[in-house]
Amino acid sequence: MKTDILTRSFLRVLVLAFLVLGSITTSAFAADIGRIKKAKGPAFVERAGERISAEPGLPIETHDVLVTEAGGRIAVTFADNSRYSVGPKSRISLDSFEFDTTSHKGVFETSVESGTVAIISGQIAKKTPDAMKVRTPTSILGVRGTRFVVEVGQ
Amino acid sequence: MIARLLLIVVTGIGLAACAQDRVVLLPNPDGSSSGAVAVLDAESGAEQAVISESNTEAKLGGGSVKTATLGAEAVGERYGGLIEGLPKAPSLYTLYFKEGTAEVTDASRLELATLLAEVNERSGAEVQVTGHTDTVGKAEDNDALSIRRAEEVAAMLVRVGLSEDLIVTAGRGERELVVETADSVDEPRNRRVVVTVR
Repeated sequence: MKTDILTRSFLRVLVLAFLVLGSITTSAFAADIGRIKKAKGPAFVERAGERISAEPGLPIETHDVLVTEAGGRIAVTFADNSRYSVGPKSRISLDSFEFDTTSHKGVFETSVESGTVAIISGQIAKKTPDAMKVRTPTSILGVRGTRFVVEVGQ
Repeated sequence: MIARLLLIVVTGIGLAACAQDRVVLLPNPDGSSSGAVAVLDAESGAEQAVISESNTEAKLGGGSVKTATLGAEAVGERYGGLIEGLPKAPSLYTLYFKEGTAEVTDASRLELATLLAEVNERSGAEVQVTGHTDTVGKAEDNDALSIRRAEEVAAMLVRVGLSEDLIVTAGRGERELVVETADSVDEPRNRRVVVTVR
């Protein structure tokens, strides 16, 4: 009887430990979609209403907005090897990013609210044409494995 | 009345902002064509145009999409700084193993030294370790095996001094063969781990 309770509580602790560990690793994977490689101020990452100064090595998350003022620049490489160069006076919103490293299937959607960005697409666009999309205020661009610049009214 | 005036002003601003929206296709560094971008209608998703020629632009908004050839010089003048600002291309290192072990070959040991030096040099560096298998065995088993191989290499990279925070692992199973073979073919060149330094 006693051992039974002990075993049960031990199991409970085990299950709890797995749940906690599991949620930690999952959130770590889900959160980090890329990293800043270069930054020149004034340049920021807007995350949940806060402004974080853009620095090389800073992990980037879904829903981040890359923001630069006059003279600012940000360069980011994403988990699927896509590369972005954000020019001065820009707001680039990273709306969604999902990438399966085993199958290379995924979705990558960015909105260019204003300013300029040079993009080299990566494995998501290579695997599935149009899975990578870039929105401007008037259009949607479907990316079919390429390098391009998007400029929105300055 | 005021509402109508406001609407006209807002529409006017909207149109002025849209007038300069554009997408410009760039060539590969060697000058060859890099692919294509489709312009889709924001509402319906219908394809309005596809640009596939390098150094060509498409002006967006205002109903129709107008394309124009800019030429390499004009593109360089306008976007040279932006293009130069792109992150360095990721580097790939392929490591091979002594048969039936998780120990890298002597040749791969040299690769490893170059790899570590590059991680230290790169600004904001990170590392992805991707395992691959040959076609022996079931596809699902190979997915698991390829991840195991990647994790072994990741652990080895941590032992030689890389920070765990910089490393992610992945397994591609038998999806990306270096040497194309039929199913169930023992091919050492396909049993490898590729380390991407980004």
